[in-house]
Amino acid sequence: MKLELIGITKRFGSLLANDSIDLVVEAGQVHSLLGENGAGKSTLMNVLYGLYQPTAGQILVDGHPVVFNGPGEAMAAGIGMVHQHFMLVPVFTVAENVALGKESSTSLGWLDLEQTRARIIEISTQYGFDVDPDAIVEELPVGVQQRVEIIKALVRDAQVLILDEPTAVLTPRETDELLAIIAQLKADGKSIVFISHKLREVKAVSDVISVIRRGRVVGQADPSAPTAELASMMVGRAVSLTLEKTVAVPGERTFVVDGLSVTSAHGQRVVENLSFGIARGEILAVAGVQGNGQTELTEAIMGLQDHVSGSIMLDGQQLIGRSTREIIDAGVGFVPEDRNVDGLVSSFTVAENLILNRYSHAPFARGLAMRPSLIAKNAAEKIAEFDIRTESAAAPAGTLSGGNQQKVVMAREFSRPLKLFIASQPTRGVDVGSIEFLHQRIVAERDVGTPVMIVSTELDEVLELADRIAVLYRGRLMGIVPGGTARDVLGLMMAGTPAEEALAQHPNRSGGTQ
Amino acid sequence: MSAITATSAAGPAAGSSIRSWKNPILLSVLALVAVAVFAIGAPGNTATFRLSAPNDVIALPDLVLSARLVGWMCALTLLAGAAYALAAVRRSEPVPGWVLAGFSALFVLGFLTWVVGSARTPNVALYGLLAGAVTLAVPLIFGSLSGVLCERSGVINIAIEGQLLFGAFAAAVAASLSGSAAVGLLAAAAAGVMVSLVLAVFSIKYLVNQVIVGVVLNVLVSGLTGFLFSTVLSADSDTWNSPPRLPVLPVPFLADLPILGPILFKQTVVGYLMYVSVAVVYIGLFHTSWGLRTRAVGEHPKAADTLGVNVNRRRFINVLLAGVIAGVGGSFFTLVSVSSFGRDMTAGQGYIALAALIFGRWNPIGAFFAALLFGFATNLSNVLSLLGTPVPDQFLRMLPYLVTIFAVAGLVGRSRAPGAIGLPYVKG
Repeated sequence: MKLELIGITKRFGSLLANDSIDLVVEAGQVHSLLGENGAGKSTLMNVLYGLYQPTAGQILVDGHPVVFNGPGEAMAAGIGMVHQHFMLVPVFTVAENVALGKESSTSLGWLDLEQTRARIIEISTQYGFDVDPDAIVEELPVGVQQRVEIIKALVRDAQVLILDEPTAVLTPRETDELLAIIAQLKADGKSIVFISHKLREVKAVSDVISVIRRGRVVGQADPSAPTAELASMMVGRAVSLTLEKTVAVPGERTFVVDGLSVTSAHGQRVVENLSFGIARGEILAVAGVQGNGQTELTEAIMGLQDHVSGSIMLDGQQLIGRSTREIIDAGVGFVPEDRNVDGLVSSFTVAENLILNRYSHAPFARGLAMRPSLIAKNAAEKIAEFDIRTESAAAPAGTLSGGNQQKVVMAREFSRPLKLFIASQPTRGVDVGSIEFLHQRIVAERDVGTPVMIVSTELDEVLELADRIAVLYRGRLMGIVPGGTARDVLGLMMAGTPAEEALAQHPNRSGGTQ
Repeated sequence: MSAITATSAAGPAAGSSIRSWKNPILLSVLALVAVAVFAIGAPGNTATFRLSAPNDVIALPDLVLSARLVGWMCALTLLAGAAYALAAVRRSEPVPGWVLAGFSALFVLGFLTWVVGSARTPNVALYGLLAGAVTLAVPLIFGSLSGVLCERSGVINIAIEGQLLFGAFAAAVAASLSGSAAVGLLAAAAAGVMVSLVLAVFSIKYLVNQVIVGVVLNVLVSGLTGFLFSTVLSADSDTWNSPPRLPVLPVPFLADLPILGPILFKQTVVGYLMYVSVAVVYIGLFHTSWGLRTRAVGEHPKAADTLGVNVNRRRFINVLLAGVIAGVGGSFFTLVSVSSFGRDMTAGQGYIALAALIFGRWNPIGAFFAALLFGFATNLSNVLSLLGTPVPDQFLRMLPYLVTIFAVAGLVGRSRAPGAIGLPYVKG
């Protein structure tokens, strides 16, 4: 099936999310949409899938114009979509999820899932999916949930499959498996639209690459094009993809975690018996697929988890059992993983957000009163120092772009001397330009002798920043390896292989840069 | 979103659970109460439970229990149960469900024996106690089924109280005017739908907070029916407020079975409709495509939408159906129970129905049994106050509410609400 988008424009109020986009997807082709977060890729695909109506423009299927008033009509036309956040009902079985919307019933009106089960097993065998139709979806690993999404589309005879950021939640090995599945689908004559901001995957999988920036297609590229060229197309200017970073000079190990376990409110052990230390002047990156205990680990250090055992020592002082305020006052700087929820108060001004950790202390407070002039002066300094692009210091933080919001959080945390700096997903949803800047600031903090802990699910970021890498899998430490350890080794560890075994499987690639 | 799916799926290590001392402590306290009251405080005489009425076709002998013997046996077994629960939690294991169930049953037995034994007339009709419990549970069951239908599709239904009350009012007026109880029944269903319609329009179309709409509706119905009661109905109650009762339709032979007969086979149309509704809602929810879509819309509306299910239409239909069920439940008050409408005569039963729905874990059958439990507690307090027990009347009347709060908060653990409950669905 050939799919053409002609002059698609989508406007939300004053925001132009898609600006007359033209795109042609041929049958049996993998067409990648490359662009940064917020470039308009997902909007475009939601238009194609009938979730949004385009403000202007036309969709052609095999040369005939079509209008989709809802996902149902898009599906009927042979378009399937695997959403970034899976559209699966967690408490349903695989078969129930697949059947939903096109159920068959017996003559008495009872739900009949037998045909669906048979189709699932058929597709599962054909593509080597290994999916049990009677498994409950929420109990399946993320990679398998994604296959359920693909099955959902295939059961509905999708000829064009849209994959929206499909690798964001996968381990490197699951990513490889997904790329193999895509190749197989392509061989069966399906067209694939692959949406991503990850250059390596896009280059590996695509036949054609369209680069989107600020709602416009800025060009097409060949998968063999150099990475730097693709990156600069995506960002709109030359970017340096490698960070200037000197070799770490680790000092005294002032931050020591010993036997740390965290139990969730539901009674599950989410962090199990972790022991590690971070020296002054060193960056420890905690790698792992999302949801393997990283959030709970950082929250346990910050005093935000309830059921914690073990020991967390900073400069010889126990942090467990202390309140978050006391931990902050002990000199711990923290950039939480979701800046909109935990990092900022979006309706507060930039200036107010910049002093959230010090509002009650001198010089910003005197007794019960705040001192607005000093708060404004501080804001002006930080805005200049961190190059925060905002209308004014009095603008609500929620109006800033992701990258500038993150700069506000980072500026606040770096605005006082630290004894430990923790950043969780420091550059998630941040434009490439700001990433460079934020990474440099983190390395600068290391160089003044602060122990730094980075939690990231992006392997690129881990490899770029880390002096040592700790890999978490299901709340357990798979080992700590030197920075620059081969991706294959880290990929195995992220899938649950202990460090020694992973290194043994790739003996000639274990050479770190240390 | 993705963080939630990933956490549950990529799977944190399934470790030992947190020790919760809530259950063993509660059980220990109850067991000690049993020792002090049921065993040590046992009266010297016997407690008689009559299992069949004097003129029943099949007569069962009376059950005569020695209060002291049963009191001690219950108390000691309860102590053992509490000790078992303590030991289980010490081993970081959850307290098994059968221990909790057995404990509750024994406690009730011990309490009944003690309270009947100490009464002025130590003799109670067990068959009447159970049949009365079912009768009192009828509106609760209809109410909680109405809640199940709404909440499984993602709309909170606080307005059960209003639906019941308006159903009761409409049934009384329509049946009085037409002289036909059947017309009253239809009017009750229509009245329930009218309340539902307002709930649906405001909460689904205009995205008003569902709890607020529900509470406002309850107050509105209470005020409206109260006003009409005091102006129109009271002025000429022969015309407006003297509905004919629905006849009891006993099933031949089966109705004569001891204990079960009156409960299952000696009911009015409303009583039989109650059993049918429980079965229909259960089968509908879990064994038809309608139910699959309803549950999908209540758990993850966007997923349903991306598969071409019209989320808001489905919710709308479900809320209206819920109105039919609750409205019919309301007719019980004026066509079965008492044959006239009284101001605020539902007396908070809609809220108890809501509790039954939660206690029953949003499952029609669970809600059915939960409502029966509440009905039993209510009837027990009625019966006991007649027997002249040592427990003050006021405390007995608290019984159903105490059972409600313990049932919802305590013993059963946390039940899981539908994922998208209370959240209006807006496309995009």
